[in-house]
Amino acid sequence: MRPPRTILGRALDGDLGRSFRRSPLTVLAAAVALALILGAALAPLIAPADPHDPASLNLMNGFTPPMTPNAFTGEAFWLGTDDQGRDMASAILYGLRISLFVGVAAVALAMLIGVTLGLIAGYVGGWVDGVIMRVADIQLTFPAILVAMLIFGVAKGLTPPESRDQMAIWVLILSIGLSDWVQFARTVRASAMVEAQKDYVAAARLIGRSGAAIMLRHVAPNALGPVLVIATISLALAIIAEATLSFLGVGAPPTSPSLGTLIRIGQGYLFSGEWWILFFPALTLLALALAVNLLGDWLRDALNPRLR
Amino acid sequence: MTAPLVRAQRLVRRFDVSAPWLDRLLAGEPRRLLTAVAGVDFTIPARATYALVGESGSGKTTIGRIAVGLLAPSAGSVEIGGVDLHRSRDAGAVRAARRRIQMIFQDPFASVNPRWRVGAIVAEPLVTAGRAAEAAARVPDLLEAVGLSPRDAEKFPHAFSGGQRQRIAIARALAAAPDFIVCDEPTSALDVSVQAQVLNLMKDIQAQFGLAYLFISHDLSVVRYMADRIGVLYLGALVEEAPRDLLFASPRHPYTRMLLAAAPRLDAFGREAEPPQGEIPDPANPPSGCAFHPRCPLADARCRAERPAMIAEGDRRAACHAVEEGRG
Amino acid sequence: MASTPSADPENRDAAVAWRVLSVRGLVVEIPTRAGVVRPVDGVSFDIAAGEILGVVGESGAGKSMTGAAVIGLIDPPGRIAGGAVWLDGARIDDLGSEALRRLRGKRIGMIFQDPLTALNPLLRIGDQLTETILTHLRVSPAEARARAVAALAEVGVPGAAQRIDSYPHAFSGGMRQRVVIALALAAEPDLVIADEPTTALDVSVQAQITALLRRLCRQRGAAVMLITHDMGVIAETADRVAVLYAGRLAEIGPVRGVIATPRHPYTAGLMAATPSATGPGARLRQIPGAMPRLDAIPQGCAFHPRCPHVMARCKTEAPPPFPTEGGAAACWLLAPQVAR
Repeated sequence: MRPPRTILGRALDGDLGRSFRRSPLTVLAAAVALALILGAALAPLIAPADPHDPASLNLMNGFTPPMTPNAFTGEAFWLGTDDQGRDMASAILYGLRISLFVGVAAVALAMLIGVTLGLIAGYVGGWVDGVIMRVADIQLTFPAILVAMLIFGVAKGLTPPESRDQMAIWVLILSIGLSDWVQFARTVRASAMVEAQKDYVAAARLIGRSGAAIMLRHVAPNALGPVLVIATISLALAIIAEATLSFLGVGAPPTSPSLGTLIRIGQGYLFSGEWWILFFPALTLLALALAVNLLGDWLRDALNPRLR
Repeated sequence: MTAPLVRAQRLVRRFDVSAPWLDRLLAGEPRRLLTAVAGVDFTIPARATYALVGESGSGKTTIGRIAVGLLAPSAGSVEIGGVDLHRSRDAGAVRAARRRIQMIFQDPFASVNPRWRVGAIVAEPLVTAGRAAEAAARVPDLLEAVGLSPRDAEKFPHAFSGGQRQRIAIARALAAAPDFIVCDEPTSALDVSVQAQVLNLMKDIQAQFGLAYLFISHDLSVVRYMADRIGVLYLGALVEEAPRDLLFASPRHPYTRMLLAAAPRLDAFGREAEPPQGEIPDPANPPSGCAFHPRCPLADARCRAERPAMIAEGDRRAACHAVEEGRG
Repeated sequence: MASTPSADPENRDAAVAWRVLSVRGLVVEIPTRAGVVRPVDGVSFDIAAGEILGVVGESGAGKSMTGAAVIGLIDPPGRIAGGAVWLDGARIDDLGSEALRRLRGKRIGMIFQDPLTALNPLLRIGDQLTETILTHLRVSPAEARARAVAALAEVGVPGAAQRIDSYPHAFSGGMRQRVVIALALAAEPDLVIADEPTTALDVSVQAQITALLRRLCRQRGAAVMLITHDMGVIAETADRVAVLYAGRLAEIGPVRGVIATPRHPYTAGLMAATPSATGPGARLRQIPGAMPRLDAIPQGCAFHPRCPHVMARCKTEAPPPFPTEGGAAACWLLAPQVAR
């Protein structure tokens, strides 16, 4: 369930736009985030090379420092190459695609599950609420990464080996999404409980609307206020979670590496001198996560008086 | 004699306010029940206004919600046009009866959905009843009937003041052409001048559409303006019921007299009369016998031990030992 | 006890000396996106010792804002933009925050609408009372506690000596408000400001609280500013009443006079719109329209779009207060040379 367009539309004119412009840090964060997103989206068009195509790789190009022509082939690369001769700039751009795609999809999944369960728990109450909240509590006792790894391991066991690499992305999305729904559920539940007490809900019940209709058409639009802010901050966390999982080796495979995988690859070469293999992916990840986080912070503060 | 439109009989409503069951189990505590409504009956003829007056803890809001079908009584029944709302097996008849009832709520800011346009809010009863096609024609008429403009249908509630939102709520209540509207403190949250407008509007539409009202309020002056017949509630039970003029001219029950004496009046300049004693007891822990006895100047031993029964006297009734014995 | 607000500067010093509170031309401004709005626009009144002034108005009239301005509790970016406030002859509107803080509690007591927010739920009643007493009066802790018990008993809390060690949640709403009154009066202030003290209470309890307030303030000779929207409460409790409309003073005068013969059309409209438990059931006369929003106050007299007696002059010039019997009303109808 996406946050309704009306919140975004209403918020973006006037107060929000003004608050945005007033904070240089936020503008910078938005610019960085936009640049990274555009880079990821346009990767096939702007990347100098396709890092996933093994045929285009020249092992002799490996370990080329940034902006220096290669000793053997004479090719120069903006950000250098990794151990396989992959152009780092392209690898980063494509890695960004994966990081962003997984991040957004995972948050969308978490939102879908969390908001639905939260609405039901808050509106219906009673034992349904109890069950949902206990499930949430139990899930929270496990660290998110462990939950993700657990799901990943289970999925790995279920899929045939040859399709594991393709499935990796979807398993990543599933595991991060499933580990993250609780905060959505809790917040929406709290809002839903408040809204369910209000007289307009009683008026709708009086008219004879069904519980589901009331939840969807009356309560949801009013309970979803905080969701946008949580989603933005969740996105930053999901990106980092994906990077962590990839770093640990249970995420995106080296054949289609995400930023985390690149960091993992680069980590091995840090002390042998090829610093750029680690540095640039890490910097990109840092910039992305920080930018999204700052945007989330600003959004929360800017939307706050209206949410009350 | 035609049957009354609304008949409430021996209404009782209890709420479970016990501690969570595990705690209770471990501590060996019994269940705690709060009796919000302790046996109330009244009838409302068509096109008339019956007022329920009481302070907090009197159960008036709970009775309102039972009468409208939002809450089921623990015992007793509410009949609309002869159909028992909660107990009847005839689902069709119950549905038809529920369509005849509507409600206006106290808080104008919470009784309309802030995310819906006014037109959608007012049309919702029609749409739900499967009469969406009529909505387009009726909504402008309804808005005008409550003193708003048809162009207001495009706006959102936050563009309106409290009094105007209450008008929107009234328009919504009128949409499905009900016969009976429960009004739960409809003007308590409004300023005096706005209250006058809304009260006059309610009187006008009552005449225009032939409505019966159950008017719930704590404000005796408003009740005097609106009601034909008034029931006074204390801690979940009716202590007195009488036609309006009789009640104000000669209140019988000591609580009614206390309420009348305590009501702020425009002609009561710095009176040094003795204000009422005591406070309303906790409904979860009511006094024995007559619930009013700790505050009653006429209380005696019988009052402390025995709950008074409702005794009729012509067109009025009162539940008081002192009245019965001629002491009051 | 003359009640005409004297705007005449020469007489000011003589006039304000024996009045506990004097407010002259008070203006509060709040900058907003739509420009600067004035929730209080040129309000003047006095309160003498032992007198209760009711400040009445509907929502948005600026009565709470006036009270807040007097005690210096306007939240920034709002500010007092004009006029002056004197307490016992000394100006207080230009004091620094530290000086104001000392003033509050000692010389100005405050009673707000919601006793739950006025009392700290984590502290016992006794602790809150003794803390106030010790802060403002030079007494020993034992003496302070004795005074606290006495104060509780005086406001009518039964079993004061035992209940003084209870927490606020153990009291009912009416009892809590009594405690708040005790707190407000604990340091023996000269001025008490009560903002909607009975609005959240049941009718029967309301009557008890207003009677208590009257009795205690008369006894101590404190001046009381009673802010409320309920004219009935004013009629019962106050000696004089100030009627506010859209941030301006519409009428001021003795309660009996203003209610019986209101001079300002708004006051008259309010009286006619108030249903009375004692009056006959004639149709309520309603005032058309609604109070203007602060950013859309009409030119001239703020009430003119709704006034049944509107004249050409009303639309362009805001009327000053004209004297009436014992008070004043800001209406061109009272101007000496009004041509009819």
